[in-house]
Amino acid sequence: MAKKKTIRTIPQARTPMPEQDPAARARNFKEVACGYTLENAHNEAERCLQCPDEPCVRGCPVGIDIPAFIQKIAEKNYHGAYDVITDTNLLPAVCGRVCPQENQCEGVCTVGDTLEPVAIGRLERFVGDMAIREGWVNRPYVEPSGFRVGIVGSGPAGMACAADMAKAGCEVVVYEAFHEPGGVLKYGIPDFRLPNEVIDVEIDKLRELGVRFECNTLVGRLFTIEQMITDMGYHAVFIGTGAGYPSFMGIPGESLNGVLSANELLTRCNLMRARDFPNFDTPLMPGRRVAVIGAGNTAMDALRVSLRLGAEKVMCVYRRSKTEAPARAEEIHHAGEEGVEFHWLTSPVEVLGDAGKRVRGLRCQKMELGEPDASGRRRPVPVPGSEFELECDSVVYAIGTNANPILGQTAKLKLNKRGYIETDENLATSIAGVYAGGDIVTGAATVIEAMGAGRKAARSMKAWLGLKDTDVVFAEAAPYEKRRFGFAPDEHGYARLRVA
Amino acid sequence: MGEDGGGAFEIVTREDYSDVTYMLEVRHPQMAKAAQAGQFVIVMEHEHGERIPLTIADFDPERGTVTLVVQAVGKTTKEMQQRCREGTTLYAVVGPMGIPSHIGGAKKVLCVGGGLGVAPVYPQARAYARSGAKVIGVLGFRNKDVMFWEDRFRAVCDELIVCTDDGSAGIKGLVTKGMEQALAAHPDIDECVAIGPPVMMKACAEVTRPRGIRTIVSLNPVMVDGTGMCGGCRVKIADGIKFACVDGPDFDAHQVDFDDLMARLARFKPAEAEAMKKWEESCRMKGGDASAAERY
Repeated sequence: MAKKKTIRTIPQARTPMPEQDPAARARNFKEVACGYTLENAHNEAERCLQCPDEPCVRGCPVGIDIPAFIQKIAEKNYHGAYDVITDTNLLPAVCGRVCPQENQCEGVCTVGDTLEPVAIGRLERFVGDMAIREGWVNRPYVEPSGFRVGIVGSGPAGMACAADMAKAGCEVVVYEAFHEPGGVLKYGIPDFRLPNEVIDVEIDKLRELGVRFECNTLVGRLFTIEQMITDMGYHAVFIGTGAGYPSFMGIPGESLNGVLSANELLTRCNLMRARDFPNFDTPLMPGRRVAVIGAGNTAMDALRVSLRLGAEKVMCVYRRSKTEAPARAEEIHHAGEEGVEFHWLTSPVEVLGDAGKRVRGLRCQKMELGEPDASGRRRPVPVPGSEFELECDSVVYAIGTNANPILGQTAKLKLNKRGYIETDENLATSIAGVYAGGDIVTGAATVIEAMGAGRKAARSMKAWLGLKDTDVVFAEAAPYEKRRFGFAPDEHGYARLRVA
Repeated sequence: MGEDGGGAFEIVTREDYSDVTYMLEVRHPQMAKAAQAGQFVIVMEHEHGERIPLTIADFDPERGTVTLVVQAVGKTTKEMQQRCREGTTLYAVVGPMGIPSHIGGAKKVLCVGGGLGVAPVYPQARAYARSGAKVIGVLGFRNKDVMFWEDRFRAVCDELIVCTDDGSAGIKGLVTKGMEQALAAHPDIDECVAIGPPVMMKACAEVTRPRGIRTIVSLNPVMVDGTGMCGGCRVKIADGIKFACVDGPDFDAHQVDFDDLMARLARFKPAEAEAMKKWEESCRMKGGDASAAERY
């Protein structure tokens, strides 16, 4: 047996992620983080102590056997690592990129007690990317159960639920209102954090499992949730429609041209490819000086997208201080490196317009932190007489979203006071056989939490349908059809690797 | 249904009503069954296209089709005018979207359509007639040559007033003149629906406001998703902000801030002009296509 690793024998420093230079990347849409090389991955895998109490597994919302897959990487058995991850998570290339690992697996890592934690997310992404490059598909052996499951929304919650129900032998149809599946992963998260090609490959894997995607379908209006059960033959339905409905502040000037929600900016740029206007028809008219209100992950995306669209100056306006900002520390750091200007403790009071009803500035006031509020964060209070103007021609709101009203308008679903769907602890809604999860239940949260909810709902649906949750058995490896939706590894800074 | 993204939504009929106005009847049996008066669809012509909202002008559950009437004003609608033929397909058609019009309760209704708004007011007139209300139609066109659907309206209206700018058909004048005439003859009109360009709807609202007649307008601002997600279609209604896609598209005309709506409709004007210029240049280069465009 190999000598047991100790905190003193492992590589002490966390392997840094190769990244594009900030000045260069702030002007292109290529991925910022280039991904670990083989050497990087081995070095980092050596840092895992393989400790017996495995806090990381409990820290993972979907319970990936993290020490096992890292061990496989250390043994250079990359396909083995992929098998371990896909046992619980079908989308390693996505989760490795967008999970807030610092609050999850890495936040509780034993190594992290003394040194920097093992870079679990980066290793997960390494495995996911290799699987894409090499065309690995794990097709579980599926025994048809005869049940039909309808899923509303093709974002992370819907995708995770679809995978589990398909593995349980159900015939799964995923409905999407947009013309392409992927939900927020496609329209929201920009390419430099998560390339759309990666999502396409992951969606392709769901298709390999037999999941069918029906786009251009607005459930609620084209048919109702109730009709899915009564007329369309679905034995169970999962709702994962996301939160939608962006908030505005209600200050004067919000209808001026040049004011838009981060959702609109990101959707036009990412999904509709307005950044290639006029080769793509969707216009955007990016600002020269952009003020983004809010400091969550969506705000960081909006700021960094604005830079890449060619803005001269991009400003983050947030009424609390950096400590309270909800965005991941890494995102704020990246945005800062790229030249985003932060205005902490600053609250907008009016959007200023010119005669042509276009934005010409943002009047703000300075804030200071007072007593803690209900969220436990110190409440910002205005400093009297501190008003000032920021010159800008575009104002982007990234201050959160409210519940999307469509399903509430069209189905007899019980909603809570804020308009989100009410569920029990098993994510069952007030309609028998109908489950819900993700942002439409909790309000805006993270991709992995939505995926966790999708999987939790899948467990409940299987129990409701009387399906046993068995271990996954992989079918004989089938030749992979080279349908990769134009995924060009070189473009994303990958080196072509051969696996021994 | 658009399995796996790029759907094929077949155009079964096309008719031209003028050099800029054309009708497309699209096969979509499921939508034809679900659609109600007042709802709209979002259309993408091709994979690189933009998403544009179009009000449903008619739907026929038996034929399994929905009908759209389009005015060629920008790059997308001009390109559609050039490319869409019987048997061709649209990349994406999603709907029916929006809250259906509230029909019922009114005894005598004034249905006003101006220009392109004539088409979407038709399903509302028909729904009112079916609900048992008396329907007085007022339709406004530039001139006699660009008139359409008079026959369809005659079939559902108890009385029809046509207005043209030059007096070549019906009375000479704007729809507001037709409205005044109808209101004088029928003081018991208790509801009004007006659909058309924002400036027309604004004028219609001012005709009914002093008389206190409940008036509904259908708003068609710039949208992306049409599901409440982007907020691009927000409109000022009384003191609040509403999203036309999920809170509308029907709103109380007397509460709508039309000036705000018109300003927001001009939001992408420079970009639209740029797209138009580039498209026209590419048409000229292709030669054949440009002459096809000129046929209309």
